[in-house]
Amino acid sequence: MEFSGTSDYVSTLDLTVAVNASINLERPLLVKGEPGTGKTELARQVASSLKLEIIEWNIKSTTKAQQGLYEYDAVSRLRDSQMGEKIEDISKYIKKGKIWNAFETKSKSVLLIDEIDKADIEFPNDLLQELDKMEFYVYETGQIIKADNRPIVIITSNNEKELPEAFLRRCFFHYIKFPEIETLKKIVNVHFPKIKKSLLDSALKAFFEIREVPGLKKKPSTSEALDWIKLLLIEDLDPSDLKINRNKLLPKLYGALIKNEQDIELFEQLAFMSKRNI
Amino acid sequence: MFLDFFLKLKKSKIPVSLNEFLAFLKALELNFVQYDINKFYFLTRTCLIKDEKFIDKFDIIFGEYFQSIEKVEIEDVLKFLNLPSDWLQKLFDKKFSSEEIKKIKSLGDFDQLIKALKKRLMEQKNRHQGGNKWIGTLGTSPFGSYGYNPEGIRMGQHKSIHRKAVKVWDKRLFKDFDDNQTLDNRGFQVALKKLRQWARTGLHEEFHLEETIKETAKNGYLNIKTRKERENTIKILLFLDVGGSMDDHIMKVERLFNAAKNVFKNLNYFYFHNCLYEGVWKSNSRRWEERFSTEQIMRTYGKEYKCIFVGDAAMSPYEILMQGGGNEHFNDETGKVWLKRAINQWPSNLWINPNPEEYWESYHSTSIIKEIFNKRMVPLSVKGIKEGTKILTNTNFLG
Repeated sequence: MEFSGTSDYVSTLDLTVAVNASINLERPLLVKGEPGTGKTELARQVASSLKLEIIEWNIKSTTKAQQGLYEYDAVSRLRDSQMGEKIEDISKYIKKGKIWNAFETKSKSVLLIDEIDKADIEFPNDLLQELDKMEFYVYETGQIIKADNRPIVIITSNNEKELPEAFLRRCFFHYIKFPEIETLKKIVNVHFPKIKKSLLDSALKAFFEIREVPGLKKKPSTSEALDWIKLLLIEDLDPSDLKINRNKLLPKLYGALIKNEQDIELFEQLAFMSKRNI
Repeated sequence: MFLDFFLKLKKSKIPVSLNEFLAFLKALELNFVQYDINKFYFLTRTCLIKDEKFIDKFDIIFGEYFQSIEKVEIEDVLKFLNLPSDWLQKLFDKKFSSEEIKKIKSLGDFDQLIKALKKRLMEQKNRHQGGNKWIGTLGTSPFGSYGYNPEGIRMGQHKSIHRKAVKVWDKRLFKDFDDNQTLDNRGFQVALKKLRQWARTGLHEEFHLEETIKETAKNGYLNIKTRKERENTIKILLFLDVGGSMDDHIMKVERLFNAAKNVFKNLNYFYFHNCLYEGVWKSNSRRWEERFSTEQIMRTYGKEYKCIFVGDAAMSPYEILMQGGGNEHFNDETGKVWLKRAINQWPSNLWINPNPEEYWESYHSTSIIKEIFNKRMVPLSVKGIKEGTKILTNTNFLG
């Protein structure tokens, strides 16, 4: 089983090596990187290129590790008992979580644990054994659930919280760096094969110039670049429309790139200052 | 194999464990990065490094280590020529045309064979070309202790195609992620979060499932139980130095302040200038009209508060040590006295200095303050804050 990017996803050599290492050694792959560099997309693409089922578990600040395994609905059981229904079969009240689902698939699957850093600081620690041994114990029924096929586990993090050492030691790690201009060109071409070269060049030039501006609160990243270029294509703009000059430091349709009013303000100030310096 | 590389990483304080090292060796055994030094580098990185802030350090060590290996001469490698026969066969197939092989075979002797091979390899060294296909194919583990193929070994020494490839780690793309640099306030937040102290306080608002079940089972009717919510109970008192030399650090301090505001509900702050005296203020624009007496603050905020001073501690020593030394007004008591009082009042205290640590010694006042604070002074970087949170959590006041 080997992953090497897909027709919709450009995988750099370092990413490919990391993904394949984690597939072959059956360890989770932890992917970090700026928002919008395709971390979540990676898992989906790995699944589609290897023709595997994908199970996505999106983590929120309130998510508990236990919810990934199973949840025991004690309240329903309590209610049923008061209604006089049969409640001996506890398994009726056990709701399977995403990890359980991934353990049960007929063939190998891809388990995406998305944005693990959103949850409580202790969250990753609660999953150590489960991801290591790929098994867990259901207290209510006394079952041991073991993965028939160890899923490929891909975990993404936005770096909001630091992950515990013990957890890190068990993963492979990859940091998706913001792509260099050549890679980004490839990525854009994959998404918009018909784009004119001149438009692509000037769009990316403008894009990288914006990224270079010091003091931006949120630098636009790959997904923003793709959204923006999509808009450019819809509006059918000409490369010359993207020219940036002294009075206008932001290219057309910049709303797709800059999403923060402080950042827009920053550009307005810069434009003002450059006018004054004439 | 690579044990010394592993130890070198350990020695430079990159967190790596044996477990990961074994995984790395296993990955090599699986063979999927053969023939490519870049892939090998990426594999090593993905196996051993778990945080982008260590990648830069790793790049440096990787570069150093494999440079030293590059210096191994062909002769040294050929000494180990008890090579597996299939490997030799492969090497031969690549290096010699079939006629040549026939010719060599006619020589018969194994020693002759090796000689021919050696000669061929030496020739190529002189011509220094074509090193790209040949980064080690020794047995199943491509990068054994002598696993670099002779050609691969020379990569760094000559202007081979690979000279460029080696540079992936030499580029040090991850330099910006090094921990020592000041990061955005997310970094501060993460560092400050370590200070949180969880406790259940306030109203009984959270549904307590276990207790409800227990009580219901006991009584035979549904008996809902609730409990207090879990809250962060830490209390922080922040004293910020403003004006003068602090102007250079406004951005950094602002970030720290924003981060702190987001992390702690119980955060109180006051401003001072250069050194703590009898009065502080809350709004910088009304600093002369609206003063708070330091003494009153000490009475208001209890010993459970963690007290953090943020200032560059760069001033004239008189401002700390002399009566009337303050540079804006005449102070009846010295700054030192006031600082000592603050430290006594809040045993869990810390001074955060936005000046980089290497400049501290150039100010006499900095060392005086550091002394007053019992050496509890840290730089305003993510690393410094981390260190600071450790100091603060270790000096918990259990009242």
